[in-house]
Amino acid sequence: MDVPAKGGFSFDMCCRNGMMEKKGFKAPGFLKTGTTIVGLVFADGVVLGADTRATEGPIVADKNCEKIHYMAPYIYCYGAGTAADTEAVTAGRESRVVTALALLKSHLFRYQGHVSAALVLGGVDCTGPHLHTVYPHGSTDTLPFATMGSGSLAAMSVFESKYKEGLTREEGIQLVSEAICAGISDDLGSGSNVDVCVMTKGKTEYLRNHLLPNPRTYVSSKGYSFVLGQTEVLATKITPLKQAEVTIGDAMEE
Amino acid sequence: MASDTGASYGSTLRYKSVERIKAVGKHSLIGASGEFSDFQEILRYLDELTLSDHMWDDGNSLGPKEIHSYLTRVMYNRRNKFDPLWNSLVLGGVKKGPKGEEKYLGMVNMIGTHFEENHIATGFGNHLAIPILRAEWHEDMTFEEAVKLVEKCLLVLLYRDRSSINKFQIAKITTEGATIYPPYSLKTYWGFAHFENPAQGAVGSW
Repeated sequence: MDVPAKGGFSFDMCCRNGMMEKKGFKAPGFLKTGTTIVGLVFADGVVLGADTRATEGPIVADKNCEKIHYMAPYIYCYGAGTAADTEAVTAGRESRVVTALALLKSHLFRYQGHVSAALVLGGVDCTGPHLHTVYPHGSTDTLPFATMGSGSLAAMSVFESKYKEGLTREEGIQLVSEAICAGISDDLGSGSNVDVCVMTKGKTEYLRNHLLPNPRTYVSSKGYSFVLGQTEVLATKITPLKQAEVTIGDAMEE
Repeated sequence: MASDTGASYGSTLRYKSVERIKAVGKHSLIGASGEFSDFQEILRYLDELTLSDHMWDDGNSLGPKEIHSYLTRVMYNRRNKFDPLWNSLVLGGVKKGPKGEEKYLGMVNMIGTHFEENHIATGFGNHLAIPILRAEWHEDMTFEEAVKLVEKCLLVLLYRDRSSINKFQIAKITTEGATIYPPYSLKTYWGFAHFENPAQGAVGSW
C-alpha cells in the first residue's frame, strides 16, 4: 500500500551521497554565485538594489541578468544564490510583507539550508515600509538597511558610513546606487550594471539598469544574418496545426 | 596609520591596550596585524637592522622603501622555508630624496606579497575599509581630513568586525618625525527606529 508523501525534507539521498563520497566520488562543489544586493528604508518606503552579473565559477554567465523577483504588487524580493520560487498571497487581499516573509522562512527551514537562497525582501503594505533579510536556513532579520551576497561587505561599508533615517527618495536611490557600485568595483563576484527598485505606498518603480557603469560598448553594426542553406538540414518534419471549430448552440440539441 | 588596540587569543579578547604601530628609524612607521609574537620578532630584526645601519655613521639612514624591501625579503624567505611570520605588515614613511619629499606606503603579508598603494588595509579592512578609501581618498588631503576618513573606516570596522574594540590609536609620520597619539574611542550610534521592536509589523512574529 502506498504511504502518502509526508511533508519535510527527504534525507534518503544523504545516506547514498555519504556512501558515494566514502567510495571516492567527489560531489560537485557548492557554488556561491557572486552578487551584491542591498535594501534600505527611507522616509516614504523601501529602495532595493542589485548588480547584474551572474557567474558560473570563474566565468560570467550573464552580464545583465535580472535578480529581482516579483512577489506581490508592492513586495519585491532580491535573491542572491538560487532563484526564489514562492507564491504571493492572492485572493484579492492586499498582501503583507510579513506574510511573504513567513512563507519564505518556513519553506527554507523545511529544506534545512539545502535551498540556498539568501534574500533581501522589501515592500510597502498597509502597515508601512518593511525590509527583511532571509538566510538559507530560514532565519530572518528586520533592518533599516541590509546587504547580502559576496559584495555585501563592500556595500555595507557604504551603508554604515552614510545611512541616516528619513532619507528622501533621491537620497535613497543615490545611496543604494553607491552601495551597489562599491560591490561592483570592489568584489569580483559582482559586476556590470545597477538595478534599482523603489517601493512607496501604492507605487512601485522598477528602474532596470538605473546606472550603466559597464555598458555594452561594441555592438556589431552589420547585425547577424542567418541565410537559408548556411546550416545543413538533415531532416524536415512539418506538423500542420489543425484549426479547432467550436459551434455554439449545437451541443444542446444532442 | 590607525589601528585598534585589541589582541585576541582565539575568541577571548585577551589584551585591550596593545600598541600595534611602532616607529622604525627616523622615517618610517610599521603597523601589524596577525600573530603578535611574530610582530615582536620583526621589531627585533628591525632594531638590529637600524642599529647596524647607525653604526656605519655615514650620515645615511634607512628610509621606508628600504625597510619595506628588507621586510619583503624576510617574509618571503620565511614562507619559502614553510615557517612564515604570520603577519600583515603596513609600512609607511616620508624621506627627503633627490626629487624632494617622497611619501611611501606599502604592505607585506605572510606569503611575501608586497605592493605600494595610497591606501592599505589588513584583515577585514580589505573588505570594509578599502571600498570607502577607494571612493573618498584623493591627493593632498590635510591631516584633519585624513583622520576623518580613517575614523570613518574604523567606525564601520567597529560595527562589523567582531574582533575589533572601541579603542584606537592614530600614528603620523612626516619629515619632522613620528608621532603616535594616545588611544581614544569613537562614538557609536544604535538609535535607528527599526532596531527597536522589529516585530511591530506583525505582533507575535519572530
